[in-house]
Amino acid sequence: MISRLFKFNGGVHPPQHKLESANTPIVTVPMPRRLVLPLRQHVGNISKLQVAVGDKILKGQLLAIADGMISAAVHAPTSGTIAAIEAQLIPHASGLPDLCITLEADGEDRWIERQPLDFRALPKSEVIARLRDAGVVGLGGATFPSHVKLREDARHPVATLILNGAECEPYITCDDRLMRERAEEVVRGIEIMQYLLGAPRCMVGIEDNKPEAAAAMRAACAKSATAIEVVEVPTLYPGGGAKQLIKVLTGREVPSGKLPTEIGVQCFNVATAYTVHRFVNFGEPVISRIVTVTGNVAHPGNFEVPLGLAIDELVTAAGGAGSETNGYIMGGPMMGFNLPSIHVPVVKATNCIIASAPRMFPTQPPALPCIRCTRCADACPVNLQPQELYWFAKSQNLEKARDYNVFDCIECGCCNYVCPSHIPLVQYYRFAKSEIIAQDKAKQAANLARERNEFRLARIEREKQERAAKHAQRAAGAKTESSEADEAKKAAIAAAMERAKAQKAEVSPKNTEDLPAAAQAEVAAIDARRAETTSEQPEAGNPVQEKQEN
Amino acid sequence: MLTALLVMLGLALLLGIVLGYSALKFKVEGDPLVDKIDAILPQTQCGQCGYPGCKPYATAIAKGEADINQCPPGGDAGMRALADLLGVEPKPLNAEHGLPKPKSVAVIDENLCIGCTLCIQACPVDAILGAAKHMHTVIASECTGCELCLAPCPVDCISMEPIGESVATWKWRYPVYELKQTA
Repeated sequence: MISRLFKFNGGVHPPQHKLESANTPIVTVPMPRRLVLPLRQHVGNISKLQVAVGDKILKGQLLAIADGMISAAVHAPTSGTIAAIEAQLIPHASGLPDLCITLEADGEDRWIERQPLDFRALPKSEVIARLRDAGVVGLGGATFPSHVKLREDARHPVATLILNGAECEPYITCDDRLMRERAEEVVRGIEIMQYLLGAPRCMVGIEDNKPEAAAAMRAACAKSATAIEVVEVPTLYPGGGAKQLIKVLTGREVPSGKLPTEIGVQCFNVATAYTVHRFVNFGEPVISRIVTVTGNVAHPGNFEVPLGLAIDELVTAAGGAGSETNGYIMGGPMMGFNLPSIHVPVVKATNCIIASAPRMFPTQPPALPCIRCTRCADACPVNLQPQELYWFAKSQNLEKARDYNVFDCIECGCCNYVCPSHIPLVQYYRFAKSEIIAQDKAKQAANLARERNEFRLARIEREKQERAAKHAQRAAGAKTESSEADEAKKAAIAAAMERAKAQKAEVSPKNTEDLPAAAQAEVAAIDARRAETTSEQPEAGNPVQEKQEN
Repeated sequence: MLTALLVMLGLALLLGIVLGYSALKFKVEGDPLVDKIDAILPQTQCGQCGYPGCKPYATAIAKGEADINQCPPGGDAGMRALADLLGVEPKPLNAEHGLPKPKSVAVIDENLCIGCTLCIQACPVDAILGAAKHMHTVIASECTGCELCLAPCPVDCISMEPIGESVATWKWRYPVYELKQTA
């Protein structure tokens, strides 16, 4: 079945340079004495250590597990002893060190117990969790953890599974050799992926500059129980970009900021399918990969390399670098970066090592000002306006750069390639992107700090009020008690006074009883008068007098 | 004439009712300007500006009591953002309030800590964990680097350590290259 092909905007035709390395079979590099395994070999969280210095390790044993959903495990490529766990230089554009495990090989290369997975008998979620623990990541170079992409999503069912064998970057031939030599194994992996995603349709996209690979894949797919189409796509850089390949094969564009699953498509590299097969059918985690070593070396070719092998040893395996070599590029010449040192290990992202020489990549002539010719816009495969983005990034007008969708830029380098002024445009976009990400992170941190500060102030206020309320309560309690006591006291005083009065009345000398009636009448009259004056006197309101009276 | 008067009167009444209703319905709680200023401030809560936190400083700026160049952690970029928001001229940071420093986190020397809880009380974002007579420690991810815990510590066991660049926080540099001389 020949499906209609579509076209993406722009693209360029840089010189291929594939023949140097494509015509020799994959060579297995002998196991070195020492391997350095960075814990950050994938996109997402750094893996969590599971071993300590001095531990005896078997080949394929888990060294670090995935931390969270977007993360992947790291395994031992051979048996031996953990010699060190420390920060070492890793192959990263920053040239900064990161945490690595150093494994001293014992030369026995003894495997841990391997068990094939009966993936159809197990629940799919279990198979996906096992893939995460096997360290399966996208081997096209982006190293996104594959288990995340293999989950079935009820909201976005995958109708089409696309396998990316386009390999559009110049010089790189590792996928080409893999498809030529191990097509059946790749197809076994594709079958597992298709089963996990429940995708009814499956296509393998291969650029038409690799007819041998396409033929081998076609032959292998013909033997497969499921229908897998092998489609040759026109050679046009960056036709191997996931979104570009999806456009070419299905005619559908992945919307800005969305995932391919939202248009019912999922895309994997063919080498990833191969590692899925090795794990599911043989129980082997990801401990090696195929790397193209090319450029200014004596015997360019493809090598099956244990992860952690130092790149200088790999270059030696390719016959050593020529005398003019002035640097090493990891990845292709369009999207790769210069290695900070040759003494860094091979990681899961290492698809190609190019020993560069001035004759291959002459130094760029000095840049001229932008003349706004918009050739970059014509070449841009994601329909951006690179000349605008350049202005905004250059003036650090980052919000504007974001508005012009700088995050849709795939950093393919087409704009650099066509720019008549030789402006390093992609460097500006990378700068703008990482600056925006850093600012967003700082903003998040500030929001967190604000929240925590507000919470603290609220808590202090609440505690203050609670304390005040407690004090008030205690004070009020004391008052009621004291007033009761007062009243009791007053009552007691009143009672005592009453008693005293009564006593006084009782004990007062009633010596008038024996007097004659006339005298008694006189006494009574005097008493009455006295009572009258005493009752009148308070009315007179003379306190002094009253006091005197009392 | 009368019709015109009535029409104008009716319109005035109608618009008055609409405006009065919207004034009640769409009433803005608080001062939106304070929130906008507060969003620019780095939320270090360090008090170097002379106010007890970022929000009080934002309030003071909104009232016109404080200047925009009193926040060293916000740096020149923060000052420019404030100038932009308020429509005033940017001015250099006032050195009286301190100079910008590289972002740091507090680290407690756990061998020296006596567990007095004074730093816990000083921390504006509750980033120090510990209890009386027990060792304290700083939650590095929450620490804003305000240095407010340094002064209260009776045994001087807290130090500020600058956050170095790592692979996870590394940024691409601004491209610097030579332009061809044309003239």
